[in-house]
Amino acid sequence: MDKIPILKMGDYLLVTIQVDLYDRLALNLESDLVNMINKHSSKGVLIDISAVNIVDSFMGRILGNIAQMSKILDAHTVVVGMQPAVAITLIELGLPLSGVHTALNVEKGMALLQEKLLLDSTVIADDTDDNT
Amino acid sequence: MITLNKETIAIKREQDVVFFRNRVNEYAEKIKMGLLNKTKLLTAASELVRNMLIYAKEGKVICEIVTISALQTGIRLTFIDNGPGIADIDKAMTDGYTTGKSLGLGLPGAKRLVNIFDVKTVKGKGTTISITKWKNG
Ligand SMILES: Nc1ncnc2c1ncn2[C@@H]1O[C@H](COP(=O)(O)OP(=O)(O)OP(=O)(O)O)[C@@H](O)[C@H]1O
Ligand SMILES: [Mg+2]
Repeated sequence: MDKIPILKMGDYLLVTIQVDLYDRLALNLESDLVNMINKHSSKGVLIDISAVNIVDSFMGRILGNIAQMSKILDAHTVVVGMQPAVAITLIELGLPLSGVHTALNVEKGMALLQEKLLLDSTVIADDTDDNT
Repeated sequence: MITLNKETIAIKREQDVVFFRNRVNEYAEKIKMGLLNKTKLLTAASELVRNMLIYAKEGKVICEIVTISALQTGIRLTFIDNGPGIADIDKAMTDGYTTGKSLGLGLPGAKRLVNIFDVKTVKGKGTTISITKWKNG
């Protein structure tokens, strides 16, 4: 059975999808990621799809699910490197990937994740201010 | 329309989908279809082949390179299954209609992504959906 490897880098999980995604593989990735976030209390997930040639409604939904579930587990998800043709096609298909953060490449995606983490900690700090 | 090249691919399991998509990709490259058009065609094909596996369990796809003039070449894919058919095709073609618990995007979305979209469905007998994507336009 094929498996998409998930790399742990400190507080983050990194996934690079290099193979043609079929449904079972995408579903496995979804559950593997949820397990890993849980196990490592990860704060961010970065999914690189620059090598992915098609994202149809099923895979789009999986990406949305991953983002939603990671949010419940207190982690942010950023999808990076979506090919322009894939992005245009997804919109025309009628699935605008709402709720999924995107960035141009891995570097920018990492920066976005760090920004989000920083924002989280300031919000918590603000809350304590309000309480005092 | 003249067919230049034709092949039939059986779809019985999910693994067949990967082979099928690769084949369509090869066809698109053979006629030098642009990247955006190719991506749209592959995505539409992916939706229809999934519907076939989910709702009809299995079926086949006829892949053809077709031409209507020296200037216009394209790829036609015909998805044929002997499944339950689509009870209300007008409804099925609208965004958000699903008999499952999905998003109901497959059929209307696929239609938007191709140049020609043609459905024939008979309740209890099966469904045939033919899509054509031109190389240009
Ligand atoms: N080959 C088929 N045989 C029988 N019924 C079909 C077939 N394809 C589609 N349908 C019916 O048409 C409905 C609409 O299909 P469509 O692909 O648009 O949405 P969906 O498959 O329900 O959801 P999504 O594609 O967004 O996951 C389906 O719910 C199903 O009832
Ligand atoms: Mg569908």
